[in-house]
Amino acid sequence: MPTNILMPALSPTMEKGNLARWLKKEGDKIKSGDVIAEIETDKATMEYEAVDEGTLAKIVVPEGTQDVAVNSVIAVLAGEGEDVKAAASAAKAAPASAPEKKAEAAQARQEAPRLAVTPAQKPSPATAPKVAEAPQVVHGNRVFSSPLARRLARDAGIDLGRIQGSGPRGRVIARDIDAAKSGKGLRTPAAGAALGAAIAPTMSDQQILSLYEPGSYELMPHDGMRRTIAQRLTASVQTVPHFYLTMDCGIGKLLAAREEINAAAPRDKNGKPVYKLSVNDFVIKALALALQRIPDANVSWAEGGMLRHKHSDIGVAVALPGGLITPIVRNAESKSLSAISNEMRDLATRARGRKLKPHEYQGGTSSVSNLGMYGIKDFTAVINPPQSTILAVGAAEERAIVRNGKVEAAQIMSVTLSCDHRSVDGALGAELIGAFKTLIENPVMMVV
Amino acid sequence: MAETSFDVVIIGSGPGGYVTAIRSAQLGFKTAIVERDYLGGICLNWGCIPTKALLRSAEIFHYFQHAKDYGLKADNVGYDPKAVVARSRVVSKRLNDGVSFLMKKNKVSVIWGEASIDAPSKVTVRGSKSEAPKGALGAGSYQAKHIIIATGARPRVLPGIEPDKKLVWTYFEAMVPDRIPKSLLVIGSGAIGIEFASFFRTLGSEVTVVEVLPQILPVEDQEIQAFARKSFEKQGIKIHTNAKVTKLDKKSDSVTATIEEGGKSQTLTVERVISAVGVVGNIENLGLEKVGVKTDRGIIVVDRLNKTNVSGIYAIGDVSGPPMLAHKAEHEGVVCIEAIKGLNPHPMNKSMIPGCTYCSPQIASVGLTEQAAKEKKLDVRVGRFPFVGNGKAIALGEDQGLVKVIFDKKTGQLLGAHMVGAEVTELIQGYVVAMNLETTEEELMHTVFPHPTLSEMMKEAVLDAYGRVLNM
Repeated sequence: MPTNILMPALSPTMEKGNLARWLKKEGDKIKSGDVIAEIETDKATMEYEAVDEGTLAKIVVPEGTQDVAVNSVIAVLAGEGEDVKAAASAAKAAPASAPEKKAEAAQARQEAPRLAVTPAQKPSPATAPKVAEAPQVVHGNRVFSSPLARRLARDAGIDLGRIQGSGPRGRVIARDIDAAKSGKGLRTPAAGAALGAAIAPTMSDQQILSLYEPGSYELMPHDGMRRTIAQRLTASVQTVPHFYLTMDCGIGKLLAAREEINAAAPRDKNGKPVYKLSVNDFVIKALALALQRIPDANVSWAEGGMLRHKHSDIGVAVALPGGLITPIVRNAESKSLSAISNEMRDLATRARGRKLKPHEYQGGTSSVSNLGMYGIKDFTAVINPPQSTILAVGAAEERAIVRNGKVEAAQIMSVTLSCDHRSVDGALGAELIGAFKTLIENPVMMVV
Repeated sequence: MAETSFDVVIIGSGPGGYVTAIRSAQLGFKTAIVERDYLGGICLNWGCIPTKALLRSAEIFHYFQHAKDYGLKADNVGYDPKAVVARSRVVSKRLNDGVSFLMKKNKVSVIWGEASIDAPSKVTVRGSKSEAPKGALGAGSYQAKHIIIATGARPRVLPGIEPDKKLVWTYFEAMVPDRIPKSLLVIGSGAIGIEFASFFRTLGSEVTVVEVLPQILPVEDQEIQAFARKSFEKQGIKIHTNAKVTKLDKKSDSVTATIEEGGKSQTLTVERVISAVGVVGNIENLGLEKVGVKTDRGIIVVDRLNKTNVSGIYAIGDVSGPPMLAHKAEHEGVVCIEAIKGLNPHPMNKSMIPGCTYCSPQIASVGLTEQAAKEKKLDVRVGRFPFVGNGKAIALGEDQGLVKVIFDKKTGQLLGAHMVGAEVTELIQGYVVAMNLETTEEELMHTVFPHPTLSEMMKEAVLDAYGRVLNM
């Protein structure tokens, strides 16, 4: 009996695909496992492996045919000892294209290669991102999964939407999570899941692994924090138009004031000072006040309109082993320096113990990232959406400056403000960093 | 001319074979099934089904004896062993006819005789002694692109206790006794042994069970078997574990057995002996050596989709290894034929195959036992609920039993469920579905169970595992 070779469903939701290329000719002997054709979907090009053995009697759907319906006959295979010609003539004509029904639904769906199929190495036009026309809405698109899979994913910190399910109709089941923990079968960061915008897929894991000798690396599973960082910052860089403004701030007065304030700190009953201000505490306060002075820069971009924040909630990046987190000092504009300092110490301690509650690190209107303690002179930071700005703070150091035609030594700290150009334009950003400079150089203004 | 060329030929028409044949036909394959004795195989004719008919008679007899407990009068209660057996044969015949009908309905050709494989895609069928059903094809050579072996199993024979059909029975004879023996020795305490022990005890035999392993029902959870054992012993069944029958001395109408237990030897004289020491796969005379199909200790070696090492030859059910259960065979067959069709089915998960024993009290289980979970070094939470805490059980007059569940402590995955008591064989499937859908304790706790039912105990056991039991 001749066997019909059918158009494969490369994903549970695939309804049609393009027959990109035949890799076998009529009359070729085929063994089970041979790659016989390349099939394109709108996401990827896949190799189609033969299941049965025999001779390729007839190619029904020529290569280059678009929109071939899943399960339609694309070729006929004659079994061993069967008459190839008879088999070929027995082949029924298959519909060459599927009707456009459900096209919309198909577009909105997530389609991705099933694990069993190896993505072809060469990129095809179909794999290019289609940012404009087909936003991949993962929101509201239910990811079918088993309760156990959901729990395992949550415990492992893996976004379910990034896992290709292997259960019935693509349902994500427990074994998929186990596979995902070792990096298998994960989609590239959920196409802008958090932001509702499409992101170009980067290289597949298989492509990356193929570049390195097996055994020459160790594959470390990601934890939830690492995945969140990767996802959120990729989304930020790919969707937020960043620009950067750098300024040098003289902080001689600040350092002197800090010394004086710390020396005057009252002692608690154990004889320890009740506060000890850091330079960073001044930076937090100065940024908070600057945002109040330039309220147009204390904003968040949203599709529906601009959020103008009333308070300055300042996130402060805290490095942790294996990641970082940005706890937030709320209403920093109205808090005293000592209050900010003590709050920051508590937040940082609990952040290192990974004990922060979500409301303590979510939201915020701007952030501070300080690498001064590492001796970094200046750098640029990635904005934490939906905030519009982040201030990258370098080391305070003695530098030679020219004042009134004379070279003199001064304590200088370089800061760089990253701005979201959707909400903060160049001049506005310059006003904000200018206000910051005024405050940080004249700390007395912070106490009024 | 009779058809001799098929896409799929299945050898054996037991539950594995005939279900595979139907699925094969549904998938559009031209299908034939070879049978030498009875359509429906052992299960329908000499196994699962007729024994359930016998046990039902015993159960109703038991209720008659206890009519007073329910405020009823039933005097001069008795039974007619011939009529009890006759009923079980009628039940078998009905299902056997049913298989015949299903083959016709699905246009599956029945080939009558004994099959052997000459080469991949070539099957020779020799004539069989038993009478062919109407319309069956006969002996001859047949072509098949795919050959699925589903020849099942037969009673294991141990040296020294060889069955003789008269005094030493296998399930074949035990199923059609001409009278109920006054005394009976059952060797082996798996499902078959225990079901016969239960049946004959209920009808009045003095029953002794000898098991070589430390516990009866060796595959069951230790706690469940201990509960069952107590119950059997209360009914008057004598049980020897860690014991072995070493010799059988046969007289004209009795057998004296030598039983070794704990280094001591004792003798026991009984009217009849049932050898229920397991089953072995029917892998002989199939031509497996000739075509090079690999076997290992009486079992055909297959992959997870039941392919043998020879292309085009597959094996399902008892011949492809344990657990030797009809429902395992059926599902394996379906997966196998769907894989042949290229449907990419998932291989069967053998850790989720339920098992049922229809003794009194019934026993049902799925998944890991508590001991097995601990051997796997899994951190578990165990929940239990006894029948005495369930309203329906008390109303039924069946307040002895236990439901036990085992969860993975970390993930809440249901690892196993074990039950002993009335109707538990009908309850277990609730847990099997839950396991297959990968539910955790949370979904089970959120599920509403109808009141009053025995099934409420299933929820209570889950609650108990999490310290939230209500009715205890």
